[in-house]
Amino acid sequence: MISADHLVIAPIIIPLVAGGLMLLFEGRRREVVATIDIVATLALLAVSIVLLVQSMGEDQARAVRVYLLGNWPAEFGIVLVADRLAALMLLLTAILGCAALLFALASWHRAGSYFHPLFQFLLMGLNGAFLTGDLFNLFVFFEVLLAASYGLALHGSGRARVRSSLHYIVINLAASSFFLIGVSVIYGTAGTLNMAALAERVAALDPSERGLFEIGASILGIAFLVKAAAWPLGFWLPPLYAAASAPVAAVFAIMTKVGLYIILRLGSITAEAGGGASLFFAEGGLFTIGIATVSFAAIGMLASQDMGRLAGYSVLVSSGTVLAAIGVGGAGMTSAALFYLVSSTLTVAAFFLLVELVERGRTPADDVLAVTLEVYGADDEEDAEVESEVGIAVPAIMGVLGVAFLACALLLAGLPPLSGFVAKFAILSNLLDQHWLNVGGSVSIQGWLLLAVILVSGLTTVIAVTRAGIRTFWTFTDRELPHVRATELGAVGLLLVLCVGLTIQAGPVMRFMQTTANGLELGRPYISAVTGKAQTAPEQPERTQ
Amino acid sequence: MELVISITIGILAGSGLWLILRPRTFQVIIGLSLLSYAVNLFIFGMGRLRVGKAPVLDATVPPYLAGYADPVPQALVLTAIVISFAMTALFLVVLLAARGLSGSDHVDRVERGS
Repeated sequence: MISADHLVIAPIIIPLVAGGLMLLFEGRRREVVATIDIVATLALLAVSIVLLVQSMGEDQARAVRVYLLGNWPAEFGIVLVADRLAALMLLLTAILGCAALLFALASWHRAGSYFHPLFQFLLMGLNGAFLTGDLFNLFVFFEVLLAASYGLALHGSGRARVRSSLHYIVINLAASSFFLIGVSVIYGTAGTLNMAALAERVAALDPSERGLFEIGASILGIAFLVKAAAWPLGFWLPPLYAAASAPVAAVFAIMTKVGLYIILRLGSITAEAGGGASLFFAEGGLFTIGIATVSFAAIGMLASQDMGRLAGYSVLVSSGTVLAAIGVGGAGMTSAALFYLVSSTLTVAAFFLLVELVERGRTPADDVLAVTLEVYGADDEEDAEVESEVGIAVPAIMGVLGVAFLACALLLAGLPPLSGFVAKFAILSNLLDQHWLNVGGSVSIQGWLLLAVILVSGLTTVIAVTRAGIRTFWTFTDRELPHVRATELGAVGLLLVLCVGLTIQAGPVMRFMQTTANGLELGRPYISAVTGKAQTAPEQPERTQ
Repeated sequence: MELVISITIGILAGSGLWLILRPRTFQVIIGLSLLSYAVNLFIFGMGRLRVGKAPVLDATVPPYLAGYADPVPQALVLTAIVISFAMTALFLVVLLAARGLSGSDHVDRVERGS
């Protein structure tokens, strides 16, 4: 094997080694541990950029790279597969990792002993879940990332964190049972757990077995929907993300995307082999769930009293929109959904970080319910004080945070000019195009529904975020100014600049998403790359000696 | 034997499910354990039930699938057992932390009527 081929496994090896190394310090020598963490995360970023660039090349052999663990052929051993989609998700993970780490280094990483090792193990689980080509291995990586996430969710301790983590752990353990049941039913009927081999077996499956197989696939799908926090399986998310410390919540923003990624991946592979029909849900199932998730999240946003929960619900909006878009199907829609996924993940992560900075200056009295205040005559007091408030300058730091907040609001709501708008516009325009082209001149009810839900959720986002913004930035007279460090602002800035970059480079990025989606739509290159991968026999014996 | 196994799985899963829905954290953890036992047995079952067959190749047994048990589910079960064991231990820690912080073993930290 050429050494460059080993690059595929690097996103798993690097955090594993770094995390293990850091454990040796037993929570002491923070500078050393932090340095290891920084080096490992930057290495991860570099590797994922290289993988992405290589996957974009014309060379077909590099577009879908298969790595045989232990050099066993695909069906017998476990494989890792790095194609465009996987590389994209790896890069997104690495970027979020860098931003969250930068933010955490300012102060948060001191809130508990094992932040850095857990952080690396979380990244390892995420990368593994994106790279694996095998269902059971996927389960293992899910558990790795969940175990790390339980620890991270508790980071900083405190009542709210312990309580929401307790719920989170129970729900995920139950979901893991679903996962295992689904996996074992699939193994029992199809006889393999390799995703690509599975696709080939499904086509040839006996009709009597087919029903059982689909039941297995659906049970598996439920596990993924729990991870993606789809309605009605996502009630655990807002309290957990609101309670989690900011850098942790920012990395968690990608965790819901793991579920979405797997749904997309398995949907593509099995649709190719199974004659186009999605295996996971009946026609329109994903779409309905997505719509319900967005609706629930939009209402939740309006009802949110604090910004942490608001950010939590914006995660739900993001995963619901992607689900609905995937549910509509078609390469154009998938590419738009991918663009939205990237943009919204970066935005939500930035929002979580920003919320923590803004809330830092909050006094406990500010926690009076926002709506209650508006209802019970808070306005009257303000009228009396109006004159004295004239001419108060906005402190510089609040000004900077305010601009970042505005950018987040625009991105979340999908208003021009930032990438949130481009993403939603792409989804809507694809929706309209697709229907006008296919169904001679009329958009179906489903299409209108998605259109309405996306626009209305944008509106409720504007309302909710504006209300939070007004209360935070325009009524600051008696609150302490938050102490913000440059690195923390830098982390938020990094994510927001990337969103701006996505807007400016929307054309090339969209073309990349388009080729990714086309690759997914075909499915065949992935399947044949995995099943056709022969052992690298001639060279191997020399190496093992 | 199929009947015995399925009834066992059913009882375990049913009791586990009922316990998960109970309000005390200790009941929930026992429920999760029972559920994971049920799932482990189920994974075994999906490899087809065989009596007295080893999953390891043996020179005296003819090399046909009929002579062997399926080794893959056994490997899967082994992994699943280890993972669920670790997760239960982890949950136990969080459970104790929650009990210590709030002084209540209710999953929502709110006693009825208080």
